[in-house]
Amino acid sequence: MTSVAAATPYAVPNALMDTLQVTLLVLVAAGAVAVVRTRNRMRLVLMLSGYGVLLAVLFFAFQAPDVTLSELTVGAVVLPVILLLAIAKVRKRAE
Amino acid sequence: MTPRQRLVLFGVAIAGLAACYLWAFAGLPGFGRYPGPYGPAILSRVIAQTNATGVVSAVNFDYRGFDTVGEEFILFTAAAGMAVVLRRLRGERERSPVDEARDRALPPTSGAVRMPALLLTGPIVLIGWWLASHAQTNPSGGFQGGVVLATAFVLVYLSGEFLTFRRISPVAVLDAVEAVGAAGFVAVGLTAVALGFPYLYDYLPLGQVPGAVSSSGTIALISFFVGLEVAAAFILIIGELLEQTLLVRSG
Repeated sequence: MTSVAAATPYAVPNALMDTLQVTLLVLVAAGAVAVVRTRNRMRLVLMLSGYGVLLAVLFFAFQAPDVTLSELTVGAVVLPVILLLAIAKVRKRAE
Repeated sequence: MTPRQRLVLFGVAIAGLAACYLWAFAGLPGFGRYPGPYGPAILSRVIAQTNATGVVSAVNFDYRGFDTVGEEFILFTAAAGMAVVLRRLRGERERSPVDEARDRALPPTSGAVRMPALLLTGPIVLIGWWLASHAQTNPSGGFQGGVVLATAFVLVYLSGEFLTFRRISPVAVLDAVEAVGAAGFVAVGLTAVALGFPYLYDYLPLGQVPGAVSSSGTIALISFFVGLEVAAAFILIIGELLEQTLLVRSG
């Protein structure tokens, strides 16, 4: 298999890269299940933020650094902040 | 229909679906092998045509720039919709931001939150601008830069308080910046039409050196406008939610 990466001097061996990518895919699948199964809302938001970081690493391993940047900021920071604010609002109404 | 019949029907359906699914899987190209002609075609032409080494940005803001206009307006509409939905209703009143429970001391922001937030605010603003203004040179772009910039404002809220956040991001200014960002993108495209080119044609000088900050013509300009739009939209959305949570009370 001749890929663009294989032609560059800093190429990672294909077998190693494949192992990394498959490992990350399994972790992301497991992480998604873990997030969905979380019942505590605060814990859920923190898990989701961590899951965003995991997804960002996945995108990076699949050679999409620009998507990594978007996922890091939106998935790991902005989305959890929006959810936290929504939880705070609901909690306040419940009081 | 008895449960048993339903189960048999489900079994047939799921077996058929599984068979088709596996058949489709068998026809997929190998892992990591891209069979389409589009990627190699772009990669072999992009630097000669645009002088941009940030190929993803060249695709986003030039080759498929028209799609990106639509995507940008998704965010614009989301922020506008949020402002409409969360506007103050007749039954609601805005609580004054003064302390209403003076006998209960608010726990101060802990130093462990305050210090990192203060220390990170400056660097994050810098990284945000750098990303938004270097779309043409490396993997970055207006969207990423804009969101990073918006997170700096979240840090200001974390390290201080809501009023500081509001003081440095007045809604009127944000509205204007968001509108300028969104309209700027469209205006770049329309300028090309006015000059007799197709919509979003890269009519600016492409620069001498591929991958220089001054290269790539409209790609860099559009990325800048997208950065403005995205940063303003996200700060508006977060600010609106903060306001809902902290100030607005029903009653």
